Amino acid sequence: MAAIPSLASHPAETPAAIVSIRGVGKTYKGGFEALKQINLDIRRGEILALLGPNGAGKTTLISIICGIVNASTGTITADGHDIVRDYRAARAAIGLVPQELHTDAFESVLSTLRFSRGLFGKPPHPAHLENILRELSLWDKRNNKIMTLSGGMKRRVMIAKALAHEPKVLFLDEPSAGVDVELRHDMWQMVRRLRESGTTIILTTHYIEEAEEMADRIGVINKGELILVEDKHTLMRKLGKKQLTLSLQQTMREIPPGLAGLQLELSTDGATLVYTFDTQSEETGIASLLRRLGEHGIDFKDLQSSESSLEEIFVSLVHKPKGDRA
Amino acid sequence: MNIHGIRAIYRFEMARTFRTLMQSIASPVLSTSLYFIVFGAAIGSRMGDIDGTSYGAFIIPGLIMLSLLGESISNASFGIYMPKWAGTIYELLSAPVSWIEVVIGYVGAAASKSVMLGLLILITARFFVDYEILHPLWMFGFLVLTSVTFSLFGFIIGLWADDFQKLQVIPLMVITPLTFLGGAFYSINMLPPFWQKVTLFNPVVYLISGFRWSFTGRADVHIAVSAGMTLGFLLICLAIVWWIFRSGWKLRA
Ligand SMILES: Nc1ncnc2c1ncn2[C@@H]1O[C@H](COP(=O)(O)OP(=O)(O)O)[C@@H](O)[C@H]1O
Ligand SMILES: [Mg+2]
Repeated sequence: MAAIPSLASHPAETPAAIVSIRGVGKTYKGGFEALKQINLDIRRGEILALLGPNGAGKTTLISIICGIVNASTGTITADGHDIVRDYRAARAAIGLVPQELHTDAFESVLSTLRFSRGLFGKPPHPAHLENILRELSLWDKRNNKIMTLSGGMKRRVMIAKALAHEPKVLFLDEPSAGVDVELRHDMWQMVRRLRESGTTIILTTHYIEEAEEMADRIGVINKGELILVEDKHTLMRKLGKKQLTLSLQQTMREIPPGLAGLQLELSTDGATLVYTFDTQSEETGIASLLRRLGEHGIDFKDLQSSESSLEEIFVSLVHKPKGDRA
Repeated sequence: MNIHGIRAIYRFEMARTFRTLMQSIASPVLSTSLYFIVFGAAIGSRMGDIDGTSYGAFIIPGLIMLSLLGESISNASFGIYMPKWAGTIYELLSAPVSWIEVVIGYVGAAASKSVMLGLLILITARFFVDYEILHPLWMFGFLVLTSVTFSLFGFIIGLWADDFQKLQVIPLMVITPLTFLGGAFYSINMLPPFWQKVTLFNPVVYLISGFRWSFTGRADVHIAVSAGMTLGFLLICLAIVWWIFRSGWKLRA
């Protein structure tokens, strides 16, 4: 299969952040504050997933970066260029696949790609367009009018349009919305290949599975705020924690000093003991825990283990009151 | 200058024109032919000459202007309204193109089409009446200037409109009456003195008068005034488009 040709050159002296967002806020006409002071650096060459429920402000943020919505406050640079003062250079580096399917019904697939490439200031390059179309399994349809294509193919056409001018940064706004499983996996594959060729990719999603599958880093947005941005593996480690809940025979006032140093927590009524451990480490410590409980004469009548999912963490992050967040 | 960008928009718009050739070229030519049959041949044969020109030849410049204004406006307004309506405008807004490049692409294409249409009507007219063009260069100049100016005006209407009704209301309610009352079918000297004065507030009078001068050498108002008024209107339209793109009015939330 033809790989999408290398899209970006990365001179060593370029800064790590390809998109830098500083204090960006957006209040829509009518007074609704959709974004509150977003600060974010998107690293060159990474796949960043912006995760958040509907209405969180993901599309608003992407639209501001791409020049479709005006920010109310703050500044953004893309590939080192201010997106307002130096919009030509900034926008030339960016490709956008918006959330909604918007296509020119009467155009053919190939002509709409030529249009996109030209619009972004690039001279014709038929071989590049052919590569993209082949990669997205659209080459056979190149002369078809877009209105004759299925929804999934239209989405691929939009991706192809966004790639036509060889952007360094690709924004995919809810790429899986209304897309069947097969196309979703094809798309994930394509995103990975793009990343290998040096393209930075930012995708928004409200599917945790998608963020987990694709991203190097995950940013969580809720109610216009960026709650956290974290390396996926770090986040997974936090998420990968398991808990063992022991219902005690006799209530305790406090955890015996001899058990200090273990990840133990006593419930307020003193009837249950909760042990937290990392599923990803070799040694869970359960065997030694049980042995040491025995040594201290602590008996339990029941035990339960539970796993916190990404879902739970996400929900707890999103619902935590303001001051509580790390 | 993003030349590739201008070219892309221009090509896209011209392709749209040729896709809808029947609607965009054939129908204005047909309706103008009907005007020539009714006014030129049937009624015109009963009318005397106006300013030494046969009635059939006298109405040619006015008829061309009638089509030119209507088509320039509807074509250019539709051209920019469609992407807004279909949502494909996101691409234009996120592209490295300046407002003037967008204008050159869209308005240039609409104006090109109007100029082609004007020439086509001129050729069609040959089949019905004899006419002379005294100042062909001026004639062509007016054709281009009017096409550009009113395509630009249509572009503004397309940016402003947020439904199909708004898109059609200005051409229908403003431009058509102004053109009919602008001396397409008569010389304003034929009006009573009071209405002659009122008519001078109609900008279309200057267009038709100037255009007719390039055919016959006779005009209701001075040619310089005609050209100046049209250029002035062009500059006002340009300023409005510049402001719309700068402020993002109706384009960027
Ligand atoms: N043009 C607009 N005018 C007013 N409010 C808007 C506009 N666009 C989006 N919003 C509001 O801003 C909030 C964030 O929307 P959006 O960025 O689309 O969220 P997401 O993409 O995370 O689902 C929503 O409450 C939405 O209703
Ligand atoms: Mg969204």
